[in-house]
Amino acid sequence: MTATHEAAVPPTTSRPSTNGARSARIPFHRLLDVELRKTVDTRASAALLVGVAGLAVLVVGALAVWGREDELGLAYLARSVVYPLQLVVPMVAALAVTGEWTQRGALTTFALVPRRGRVVGAKATAGLIVAVSASLLALALCALGTATSSPARGIEPVWDLAIAEAARLTLLLVVATAVGFAFAVAIRTSAPTLVVFLVFMLILPSLSAMFAGLFEWYAAVAPWVDLSTTMGVLTGPSVTGEQWAQLGVSTLVWVGLPLALGMRRLLRVEIR
Amino acid sequence: MITIAALTKRYGDFTAVDDVSFVAAAGRVTGFLGPNGAGKSTTLRIAVGLAEPTAGTVTVLGRRYADLPNPGLDVGVLLDASAQHGGRTGRETLDLARRTLGLPRQRVDAVLDQVGLTRPESRRRVRDYSLGMRQRLGIATALLGDPRVLVLDEPANGLDPAGIRWMRDLLRSFADDGGTVLLSSHLLAEIEMIADDIVMIGQGRVVASGTKAELLSGATTLVRATDAHALGDALRAAGHSATATTDGAVATDAGLADAGRIAFDAGLPVTELRAAHGGLEEMFLSLTAGTQRDETATTTSGAAA
Repeated sequence: MTATHEAAVPPTTSRPSTNGARSARIPFHRLLDVELRKTVDTRASAALLVGVAGLAVLVVGALAVWGREDELGLAYLARSVVYPLQLVVPMVAALAVTGEWTQRGALTTFALVPRRGRVVGAKATAGLIVAVSASLLALALCALGTATSSPARGIEPVWDLAIAEAARLTLLLVVATAVGFAFAVAIRTSAPTLVVFLVFMLILPSLSAMFAGLFEWYAAVAPWVDLSTTMGVLTGPSVTGEQWAQLGVSTLVWVGLPLALGMRRLLRVEIR
Repeated sequence: MITIAALTKRYGDFTAVDDVSFVAAAGRVTGFLGPNGAGKSTTLRIAVGLAEPTAGTVTVLGRRYADLPNPGLDVGVLLDASAQHGGRTGRETLDLARRTLGLPRQRVDAVLDQVGLTRPESRRRVRDYSLGMRQRLGIATALLGDPRVLVLDEPANGLDPAGIRWMRDLLRSFADDGGTVLLSSHLLAEIEMIADDIVMIGQGRVVASGTKAELLSGATTLVRATDAHALGDALRAAGHSATATTDGAVATDAGLADAGRIAFDAGLPVTELRAAHGGLEEMFLSLTAGTQRDETATTTSGAAA
């Protein structure tokens, strides 16, 4: 070290506690509290949640009023409302990650919490809470729809949704949310993340079916890797052991892989 | 106290920060001066754990920043006032930070008062803030945890003269209370006004560092006359130094009055006579001229210095 590199600083009187931190580690629940709050505290994020709720009310309401009498029942309503929800609920979790970069809040967030993995963990937990809450609220809405519409239309209410089925619908939302979250961690910008997620949910199933028709080898592996299709079994009345295994493997591919690669980068990338 | 030791940061072949070492001491305002693109922001980002150094270390209060358990209580950071979510209100922005730090609700109002943002202003969305208001909000976030160290990147940007004065007084009293302030600027005048110690950086390297008094002690007088050669001789004959500058003036250690009188006595009509900052200003100007990373900033700093 040469002389010019050493700042010539006169000795100063300093406070007695100049060295060493004076505080305890930030508990996880506080990070979770902050991340949950971030999902509602801007006009955009609040609008997204209102939109999700409005969508659910629209679907359940329309089916309760105009749905075919022979189909109408709790299970039918629940399966119908989960389909649009699995497209929009994951966006809440994805935007929680990408918003930090797109809106550049990451600069403050990660200066306050330099252990980035903890912030991502809090965001993942917040996403899980949002997905499960959305599912529970949607199921309650479906129950309300069943309870009110059937008597109004003079038909017997059909309570045909087993707890296990309800749990699987909740799991479907959680898996979809995990996919959106993993894509967000890997991509870190809002618009491309949402596009990739929607392509995965809407276009990949038909592409996958097409390729399965073209190539025999792919037809054999597709059930193990095509999560966008294997997720569908969760809306059915029952799931076999093999289907669970396929769901697990394909989730590992589409959630585990982007999450692992994305986190490796996210933990080290320079925040500007 | 912030200790930066042999810090280097490379991006591929480009060396943004090249073996930088200095200390920002408690009780002092350390000004980190350099033209845009000199490596100031990169150094500060590494200091607060937002970037990884290629080599070297930075410690804040004796620890790596990332090892501080709740860094916001020890170090106030403002790296870019425009990096705030535009959709949140100023108050909400502060409240999120307050919740992260685990502080009582009243801290938000306390720092709003401290930085001079009114209650109605705090309820507006950040996207409707002027740059000056964002700087104040950023400073408020930095002060929230009542830290002992402040790290501020170009904090005076966007502030009007009254705002810069306010900032100077705030940082002065913070340092007088024993706090450490490290702030960067590309404006020599700004650093001169606020800092006690100056570290000047150019193209990633520290080119000068020391107390403001030391670095500015080489103050000189600049005289220009029709015959620079004769003027130099006259000044030397009177026992002063005389150095011809590249543009035909003469830099001397004589005072303004002496230099003028000597030229008058020698019968040389003086066309320009002014104080120059000597070494530091010359060095800074040659740095800014040499890098030219940001034309407008270079012109501004030249004009202001």
